[in-house]
Amino acid sequence: MKDVHLVALTVNERPHELVVESRRTLADVLRHDLGYTGTHLACEHGICGACTVLVDGQPVRSCLVFGVQADGSDVRTVEGLADGEGLSDLQQAFSRRHALQCGFCTPGFLMLAEAYLATEPEPDEEEVREVVAANLCRCTGYQGIVEAITDVARERRQGTAQPPSTAS
Amino acid sequence: MTSVGSRVLRKEDPALLRGLGRFGDDQSRAGQLWARVVRSPVAHGRLRSVDTAAASAAPGVVRVMTALDLPADLFIPVRLSVQGLDLSPFLQPVLAGEAVRYVGEPVAVVLAEDAYAAEDAAELVVVDVEELPPVLDADAALAPGAPPLHAAGNCAADFTVGYGDVAGAFRDAAHVVKVDFRVGRHSAVPLEPRALLVDVDPRDGSLDIYGMTKVPVFNRGVLAGMLGVDETSIHVHAVDAGGGFGVRGEFYPEDYLLPWLAHTLRRPVKWAEDRLEHLVAVNHSRQQRHRLEVALANDGTVLALRDEAVQDNGAYCRTHGIIVPELTMTMLPGPYRVPAYEGRVRVALTNKTPCGTYRAPGRFEGTTVREHLFDVAADRLGIDRVEFRRRNLLRPDELPHARSMNTLGEDVVLDVADYPGLLDKVVAEAERLGYPEVVQQRRAAGRLTGTGLAVFLEKSGLGPQETADVSVSATGVVHVHTGGTSLGQGIETVMGQIAADALTVGLDQVRVVNGDTALQPYGMGSWASRSTVVGGSAVHLATVAVRDRAREMASRMLEVSVDDVEVAEGVVRVFGDPGTSLTLGEIARACLPGSAHLGRDEPAGLSASRRFEVGHMTYPYGAHVAVVDVDAGTGKVSVLRYLVAYEVGRAVNPTLVEGQLLGGVAQGVGGALLEEFRYDDAGQPQSVSFMDYMLPTAAEVPVVDLLVLEDFPAPGNPLGARGAGEGGLTAAGGALANAVRDALSMADALPRLPVTPGDVLTRVTPA
Repeated sequence: MKDVHLVALTVNERPHELVVESRRTLADVLRHDLGYTGTHLACEHGICGACTVLVDGQPVRSCLVFGVQADGSDVRTVEGLADGEGLSDLQQAFSRRHALQCGFCTPGFLMLAEAYLATEPEPDEEEVREVVAANLCRCTGYQGIVEAITDVARERRQGTAQPPSTAS
Repeated sequence: MTSVGSRVLRKEDPALLRGLGRFGDDQSRAGQLWARVVRSPVAHGRLRSVDTAAASAAPGVVRVMTALDLPADLFIPVRLSVQGLDLSPFLQPVLAGEAVRYVGEPVAVVLAEDAYAAEDAAELVVVDVEELPPVLDADAALAPGAPPLHAAGNCAADFTVGYGDVAGAFRDAAHVVKVDFRVGRHSAVPLEPRALLVDVDPRDGSLDIYGMTKVPVFNRGVLAGMLGVDETSIHVHAVDAGGGFGVRGEFYPEDYLLPWLAHTLRRPVKWAEDRLEHLVAVNHSRQQRHRLEVALANDGTVLALRDEAVQDNGAYCRTHGIIVPELTMTMLPGPYRVPAYEGRVRVALTNKTPCGTYRAPGRFEGTTVREHLFDVAADRLGIDRVEFRRRNLLRPDELPHARSMNTLGEDVVLDVADYPGLLDKVVAEAERLGYPEVVQQRRAAGRLTGTGLAVFLEKSGLGPQETADVSVSATGVVHVHTGGTSLGQGIETVMGQIAADALTVGLDQVRVVNGDTALQPYGMGSWASRSTVVGGSAVHLATVAVRDRAREMASRMLEVSVDDVEVAEGVVRVFGDPGTSLTLGEIARACLPGSAHLGRDEPAGLSASRRFEVGHMTYPYGAHVAVVDVDAGTGKVSVLRYLVAYEVGRAVNPTLVEGQLLGGVAQGVGGALLEEFRYDDAGQPQSVSFMDYMLPTAAEVPVVDLLVLEDFPAPGNPLGARGAGEGGLTAAGGALANAVRDALSMADALPRLPVTPGDVLTRVTPA
């Protein structure tokens, strides 16, 4: 008999209740049980950060968190960043700066960046690069990612953040 | 306003940014079964038995298969056959039969109701191997008395390419300089592990496959042949892919095993490998040893090159056969004047993961060794390293330059270019950016800082052809169906730009689908930097054909001569008369059955299918300049500055070209300094996680400067484009090895890549 638990969590402000095996990771719960496939698995040992989501505001590697550990938590994934069809300022900046190519690492970087930007940092490119060094990307060489996050840090501080937009 | 040449934002971005990408593991089907591959835990041995009893009885398990379930003699075929060599004695079986030859080789497949149960049960499969001594060194594999991996031995190929009187040149040379250099085993390691979803129609076993993303038409054909079904009963769908770089999408054992299971059981099968599996199962690359020597005149003129190379190809020849060694040897002279050349390569088989192509295959290896040798040689003769290149690079008036060597079925013919001109530009740009000052200042402060230059020749636009289908819907949406595949490089956007320009419509009016075998059954895939050049040219031809048909229909609808009709500003009209405008949608509707404008028996639809046949590959070229700092205490190499100069012919989207170069440099930093697949003496892989196999992070990759040139449009295609997918990586090994050697003020050569802290510390001269 599997060891299962009833878990209640909100994902992007939507409540979910489900039964999960104790050993099932939060990443697998999000991807396969709840259908939020935007969070990706690239290593499952906590190094690449592609699986980064926010749990109660903190960036976590969902491959190293069990689903049961998120019981009662507020989880935010990449699917919650856009306002309907309108991409957020951070998402727009990623496109403008060519900060994604295959897009597999992108959700992890977006959530990492959201957590970092929530601390209202100065737009310091060296500090941003240190934050970006927490996750892996194999396509872009990181330059666009650093520039995009620095742009948004500056714009949010100056109050000139881009409104949600579908324009491309 | 044209789209081609402009930095339009990518069509791919919104969906990917919103987490709505459709990667291999993102889709599911009701009733699907999860597969888990059981892999050999031993590097070499006779496979005595595979006991599946406990696994079959485990909770949730539906089936456990081994080689005994399959017809005998199912081997992965070679996709790229060159040099007339028959590699059939060395091909990999889809499941190990009588022997296992590398840790990670597939031995069985467990199919269960969920992924966790499948993985649990896989651990219950007992693989009984009578161990044999492993062969882990290529030279040892080729030596007499080595344990044979195959009945035919351990040498898959031994061939020589070249031209001219090499022996004479070396005999008469004033100087001969030699290096013995090893390029370490590393590979693409894309961020998305492989995944497949195979859906099946229970009525007839026809298959829908999601996750084949490089050569879907070829793979479909191989699979159909192996299953004994018609290839049209298999539909390979377009998906998003988390990076390819050459390794994703070749035909692997799983590409047969999972469809076989789905077809046999009539249930959808889902599979995703984990990172450990990826690092031992997916093609490795790069591992070569070169004993390369150059014959020189007193003034540094190259008289001849002679190379004796050995490739460590792992346990089998897979789909790439021996194309990587062939590319290495035929491209080794690069953009230089080499009057005589001889390159011999032996391809050794060892008890390691089999190898294939990885971005800039053969050119990364050869450029590294050649450019490192040239620095050593220039120093030996007391000639400036840049001047040495300048003297030996082919001049524009010497082109086109044909070398009587054949690679990928074509003679090497260097087309229009200015190699010395690019060299001057990259040197000037490095100076303008202050690279020499960085080095001077740091040296004055007692740091070990150095500069490295590497010049390279690339190849792109491989044929033989691409086909594109373009059609316009009743609402004016332009559909483009190509044979390439989306791997992150942005070809949905590039193909869209090309089509948009030909029809003068906006980019968002174009819908591009890449790599769907039903929509494009004649495609040849995305690899070898060919999609923009070959696929884009086919899209251009097909869209122009649609444009011409639109004009013809408009001439009937407007009752004017077709010569009076133009396509401009997204509409079709009489020249300069907006009052006569017809939208493409209106014209498409006029092509529907029942339309008064459609001729009797005339095919309906506003569409065209066109092929672009490649006359000859095109050869991009460029140079890398790297500035590195070496820490005398820790041996750590930091890359301070990096410049890539690249001749692309014509950039359809300059931002995307730059992105390719930047990504290539990052992989180059990894390959030169960080990444290596290591094995212990028992043949156990040591690089099995991202703790051991170190991918560069933003802390290791510097800000990269780029100089993209469009001075020489490629002669062989209507776009004038050269491919851009690989040149950011090609010369990184050479530039970084040369920079480290310069920082350490070495007289001799470095022995290998990656340059590890240990390598550095043994060469640091105490201050």
